[in-house]
Parts: sequence; structure tokens; C-alpha cells
Amino acid sequence: MARIIVITSGKGGVGKTTTAAALAMGLAQRGSRTAVIDFDVGLRNLDLIMGCERRVVYDFVNVINHEANLNQALIRDKRCDNLYVLPASQTRDKDALTKEGVGRVLDELSQGFDFIVCDSPAGIEHGATMAMYYADDAVVVTNPEVSSVRDSDRMLGILASKSRRAESNEEPIREFLLLTRYDAVRVDNGEMLSVKDVQDILSLNLLGVIPESKAVLNASNAGVPVILDRESDAGLAYGDAVGRYLGEDLPHRFVNAEKKGFFSRLFGG
Amino acid sequence: MGLLDYFRSSQPKGSANMAKERLQILVAHDRAERHRPSYLPNLQREILEVIRKYVDVDMNAVSVNYEQEETHEVLELNIVLPDTVRNRA
Repeated sequence: MARIIVITSGKGGVGKTTTAAALAMGLAQRGSRTAVIDFDVGLRNLDLIMGCERRVVYDFVNVINHEANLNQALIRDKRCDNLYVLPASQTRDKDALTKEGVGRVLDELSQGFDFIVCDSPAGIEHGATMAMYYADDAVVVTNPEVSSVRDSDRMLGILASKSRRAESNEEPIREFLLLTRYDAVRVDNGEMLSVKDVQDILSLNLLGVIPESKAVLNASNAGVPVILDRESDAGLAYGDAVGRYLGEDLPHRFVNAEKKGFFSRLFGG
Repeated sequence: MGLLDYFRSSQPKGSANMAKERLQILVAHDRAERHRPSYLPNLQREILEVIRKYVDVDMNAVSVNYEQEETHEVLELNIVLPDTVRNRA
């Protein structure tokens, strides 16, 4: 049986797809058979971030509609044998994701995989609720910014009431916070909510803090999950997040600004 | 520029604090709203209908408040009767 992880946020543009690609790649690299599914029907992007956009033949909706089987639609990652991508449909109506259809595909994937990562679309509409419905774990991606934190809290309410686990009175979804685009210098200057500020409000299990980093855009430009960039702070931070998800107790790096010396501050160094 | 920054950075800046304070209020409000029982709007409408059988009260005269405290829930009804009724009584 696979563990189903939803990457969600409510707000758009906070880094859900970047996170889904990074976590899926990280889990696969550590030896777990992992599938990552794009739930953003009509606006598919996970394939681009994963760098497999030219290999898409069939998609998630084709499988739901029995127009293709899973083996035809799953794209094997060229860098990691344990990782498969199930792309979203680009053209169809988002209502094509039925609760029964999604459940059937996840059940079938569960037979052969250890982890299924569901990349949710933004918002709280159908695609987003389908992405979280069957989840066992939720990674709530949040920027240290008022609208993102508020939307994350809203998503927590939905996770607690409208998921399969909630409806069948099972153990609730495990919720994790992933704080992205974190700028420790601005936090030090009092211009940005700190990890503690966000935790005071959301009080979730902190999976990781991903620093604002040029590496993220570079990685998406190239179609390479940023976790593969082991030179970058963001790549290393995602690596740590995967470790924490798997139960490792790792200190949070990149949370504190590097202290500048008196002279470099004086001369704007 | 560097010199200016150095002195400027020693002054307290508060925009993150403002963000946190605003969020704390907003999120508390959102959560209270979320935890209300779903029957509250219907309850409010029916209570109002019963009252209007006897007294000509305004549509906004009944407020139903729901609060969750540590060990119990409080359902508070507030009905504003029009002045004429109070004078007669």
C-alpha cells in the first residue's frame, strides 16, 4: 500500500509544483518507488518542472476515462528509475476528475508504489479537493506572507472536514508545514514573518524552510527538480525536508541570516 | 549607502509585526466561523419566524452567537424587541 501525500496551499504561486517535484524526486532517490500526479487539469505544469513535457502521450484523465491504462500514461523519469510522472490533461474539463475515477487510479497505483505525491492546483475548487480527498499526509506549502498564511489555514480546515479520512472518521491526515521563499535577512530586519510567527498561527509539524533562491528558477528553466542541485541552498533544504518526512531528526538550516561583520555592513559589502 | 543602511537597520521596523497581529485576529475569526454548527442559519431563520408571529420585529432583530469554550458550548440568542412593545409592557 502506498502512502498518499498531497502538496497543497490554497494560494497560487507559492511553490506547490516545485515542492511536489522535489519531494517526489527525493523520495525516489532514497529508494522508494514514487509516482507524482498533476491534478491541475487544464493548466498542467508538473511535466515542465520535471522536464518530461515532450514525452507526454496519455494523461490522468485518459486513465480515468479508460482511454489508456496506467502503464501507457506513466512517464518514467530519466534520472531516477524509481520515479514516475502522471501528467494532467491540458484540454479537458476539470470535472473529468471524478471521485470514483481518482480513487480507482490511486488504488491501482497503490499496488506498485510506496509513495504517491499529488500536486494540487491552487484554489479550493474541484481539482484541489480531489487532490486532497484520498490523502494520508498533507504538505501545506506556505510563503511568509499574510495571504498565503491565511489560505493555508483555510486549507487546514478543508483537510480536516472534507477528506476521505475525515468523512470515514479515520485517523486524521498528518499535516506538515513547508515554508518556502524564506528570506532570513528580511526576517532579521523585521520585514518578513519569521518561522516562529507562522508557527504561532498555524502550529504544524515543520517539514522544512526553503530559502528564497535563484536555484529554483534555474531548475525550472532547465526542467530539473531543484532537489538535484546539491550546490544550492534550496536543493539542500528540500533534501532535508525529505529526510524529516522519513523520520530523520535534522536541524533547520538556512533559517538564520549569515551575520555580516561591522565593516561589510558599514561599506555595504 | 552602506553607511546609511547601517544606521537605518538599528531602527525598529514593524511590518512583520503588523502582519502577525492582523493574521492572528483574522485566523481566529476564520476558525470560529468554521467551527459553527451548520444548523445556525436555519435556527436563526426559524426563531425569527416564530417571533414574528407575535411581535413585528425587524429581520435583523435576532442574532445567534455560538461560542466554544473549554468544556462547553454557548449558544447565545439576542432578540431586540421594538420600542412600542416595551412601552406596552
